[in-house]
Amino acid sequence: MKTVIVVGNGMVGYKFCEKFIAKVKSKNYKLIVFGEEPRPAYDRVHLSEFFENQDAKALEMAPAEWYAENGIDLMVGERVADINRKYKKITTASNQEYRYDYLVLATGSSAFVPPIKGVEKEGVFVYRTIEDLEGMLAYAAELKIRNPKAKAAILGGGLLGLEAGKAVMDMGLEPHVVEFAPKLMPRQLDARSSQVLQLKLESIGLHIHLSKATNQILGDKAITGMEFGEDDVLDVEMLIISAGIRPRDELGKSSGLEMGVRGGIVVNNKMQTSDESIYAIGEIALYHQMIYGLVAPGYEMATVAVDQILENSETVMVDEVDMSTKLKLIGVDVASFGEPFMPASKGHSIIFENKTQYLYKRINVSLDGKKLLGGILVGDATDYHMLHQIYLNGMPVPEDPSQLILPTSEGGASFGSVMDLPDTAVVCSCEAVTKGQLCCAVKDDGYETMKDIAKATKATTGCGGCKPMVTDLINETLKSLGKVVKERICEHFEYSRQELYDIVKMKHIQDYDELLDTHGNGNGCEICKPVAASIFASIFNETANKQDTIQDSNDRFLANIQRNGTYSVVPRVAGGEISPKQMIAMGRIAQKYDLYTKITGGQRIDMFGAKLHELPFIWEELIAEGFETGQAYGKSLRTVKSCVGSTWCRYGMDESVSFAIAIENRYKGIRSPHKFKGGVSGCIRECAEARGKDFGFIAVEGGWNIYICGNGGANPKHAVLLAEKVDNETAIKYVDRFLMYYIQTAQPLMRTATWLEKLEGGIDYVKNVVINDCLGIADQLDKEMQFLVDTYKCEWKEAVENPEIRAKYTHFVNSEEEDENIEFVSLRDQKMPTPWV
Amino acid sequence: MIDSILKEYNTTALEEVTVWFKAAEISKFPKNGGACVKYKEKQIAVFNFTRQGKWYACQNLCPHKLEMVLSRGMIGEDVGIPKIACPLHKNTFSLETGENLNGTLPAIATYPIKVEDDFVYIGFSE
Repeated sequence: MKTVIVVGNGMVGYKFCEKFIAKVKSKNYKLIVFGEEPRPAYDRVHLSEFFENQDAKALEMAPAEWYAENGIDLMVGERVADINRKYKKITTASNQEYRYDYLVLATGSSAFVPPIKGVEKEGVFVYRTIEDLEGMLAYAAELKIRNPKAKAAILGGGLLGLEAGKAVMDMGLEPHVVEFAPKLMPRQLDARSSQVLQLKLESIGLHIHLSKATNQILGDKAITGMEFGEDDVLDVEMLIISAGIRPRDELGKSSGLEMGVRGGIVVNNKMQTSDESIYAIGEIALYHQMIYGLVAPGYEMATVAVDQILENSETVMVDEVDMSTKLKLIGVDVASFGEPFMPASKGHSIIFENKTQYLYKRINVSLDGKKLLGGILVGDATDYHMLHQIYLNGMPVPEDPSQLILPTSEGGASFGSVMDLPDTAVVCSCEAVTKGQLCCAVKDDGYETMKDIAKATKATTGCGGCKPMVTDLINETLKSLGKVVKERICEHFEYSRQELYDIVKMKHIQDYDELLDTHGNGNGCEICKPVAASIFASIFNETANKQDTIQDSNDRFLANIQRNGTYSVVPRVAGGEISPKQMIAMGRIAQKYDLYTKITGGQRIDMFGAKLHELPFIWEELIAEGFETGQAYGKSLRTVKSCVGSTWCRYGMDESVSFAIAIENRYKGIRSPHKFKGGVSGCIRECAEARGKDFGFIAVEGGWNIYICGNGGANPKHAVLLAEKVDNETAIKYVDRFLMYYIQTAQPLMRTATWLEKLEGGIDYVKNVVINDCLGIADQLDKEMQFLVDTYKCEWKEAVENPEIRAKYTHFVNSEEEDENIEFVSLRDQKMPTPWV
Repeated sequence: MIDSILKEYNTTALEEVTVWFKAAEISKFPKNGGACVKYKEKQIAVFNFTRQGKWYACQNLCPHKLEMVLSRGMIGEDVGIPKIACPLHKNTFSLETGENLNGTLPAIATYPIKVEDDFVYIGFSE
């Protein structure tokens, strides 16, 4: 048996282990890993997330058990102090000795602390490990008590420094980034893109100081400021140093391996050091005179080292390491690839800059205009993957290369199709799956769904960033084989939602089993059941009580299931208008059942922590006080948010609250493909954020402006204008038709914003249908909507009054006992579920 | 603490059954849906798969976040395999083998079940 010792348990050290155990199935190798930090490897790239949740576990690459399960001996908190190359053994700081056959050095780097006078003062930190962050958090907390407006500086405006800037902002301190160079992210950005990024960062509250050389750090014991020039001082009470990295190459030095002049252990393309049994990977490896401070090249080195040790000698490190990166920095897309800055003698640059939207795009093409050499994207990096592929594969560039980055009239940049990629193009970089492999899986192996392709090729199973590209590839390949790519709900229904909707309507089918027997096959599933339930509700307005076992989890019990299996209760508060009497009633009931209460984003009150059997009792009391269900659990109208409007506001142009209440009561209870929300603002100051809703009204001189298809959520979208200056009646008529049309034609779980995006003809087409009645269906839409409005009933009232429906609100069918596993802990005078481990 | 609860649930084969626990009348279980039965310290999810005329029993505990919720999920079928979808995150498990069908979670324990004289019985080996 051979022993492989890995020194260092960072991201690259971990990746080595992962790749190693994936390749070695026999028991011929023993893997021992030493980590200096007190915990197993974690994701240092996303370190700033630690400030959001302070959950070190969430950052772990794999839990400690993973190492044990895979037969790896992991020793954390144990530094390797010495290598004896002659006898092939190492000695740890606690004087233990271990023999090795192969030694892999993955000790990474430490933060570089520049020799500035005063760096030893209290309040000066480096940004590298979770322990560093914990120290900062404790210091910042004390600081804020003394001075709530305290400022903190970050020395270094590179990638990590800006991440640290975000961390400082999250700690509630005023962040100042100080950079020696005249631009931000000097390794990735050119001067102009740096300016665009700077504007954006300043707009969200980061202060940026460029071209500043720090002379000394001021203060007696603790830092009070930084001095740049004679009269140039920045008062800060905390400083985080992020001015670069230094390889942790002590072991290489002490054991006499060949070193670089400025540090780093020299390796060849097999990742071997000058001692052939010793490998070096990651940020200590000096390859082609360079240290690569990015995680992707580190992972590649780990793969090479694994293959070399296992004697697959063909795998070697590429000559030119791809330093392309794409990241989200404080919510801002930043990407650079290939040669981001190119001298004019080598090619031409095409630059698109729009400071009003904080956008910058630059591509560099060869002098003959045929090849893409590199580029920079700031503000919007959606084109990165495609541009990166064109660069990597040397694909031809359009005659006018500006088409690659300029918005076209259809709203997207014009790349040909994904099918233009060469077969060797790596589409999923996490699992190294090429376009050729993916197309083969479809063509030769007959896989047709994303699920099967993922299983067969492992593509998309890593970070998932390649999913859109893989979907396109599958669909395009299927098309090229002459197969119709048909939208279908699931394996039980060969129809799209719209087709099924028409079937239910035309044939008047009202029962799920009947629908499945006559138009589907098999026994249904958790995908098609809620779709059918939603269609029944949209057409016949039946409540979720009637066919309760086909409803989505929340609809079945008319409440939102929460983390610990308890439920939340949300009564309707139309337009957000609530009387003191109602508030007292709600407060009394919440107190009686010991519920956690919170104001929601939709201007109502959410009461959490109700046990299943309590729900009918709570609702009985709420209904007696005049409340009705708020349908917070349904794919249906949630709320219509309003500002106070002309009834009170001195700027108000119209009664936004009255209108919002009328609208909310009109659409309440209506089930749709996904949830939908509305907003009404009394003037263009837009306090109700109506343009962030599925439909919104804004009062202007002469009537309402109607906006549709906006939403917040994962992909925020502003609503677009449907009609201007219309009266109340017309406004309602247009929105009636729009909603009904959306309900009939959208795919399952598709919000209005995506629906509009996919709708051929876009907003102009919706206007044509809704206002000009180009399809001749306006009358019918009006009637269908009016039917839903007229037949509304409160489904909770129905439930509490019917003993048969009520009977399901019990945890056990054979016992009156409660679920003893539900546990709460206290939280700011209220309660919350015990956190998940 | 709840970790140890996971170990309380072990798949029981029909031939291992030593106790047939009389759980409840069949009318207590919704058609094509589930409900939860208490047996000693255990919580068992029972599903009435009316469409197929079959009954299934498994642990009520979802192995993902260790909450007692599976009985409130939706049942269905994945290429012929009867399954339960957890109401919390829609992880699906085979009602026959307990295997996680759309991920790599540990399998859930399943138990033999029978109906006699309009009563549902669940089989245990302890």
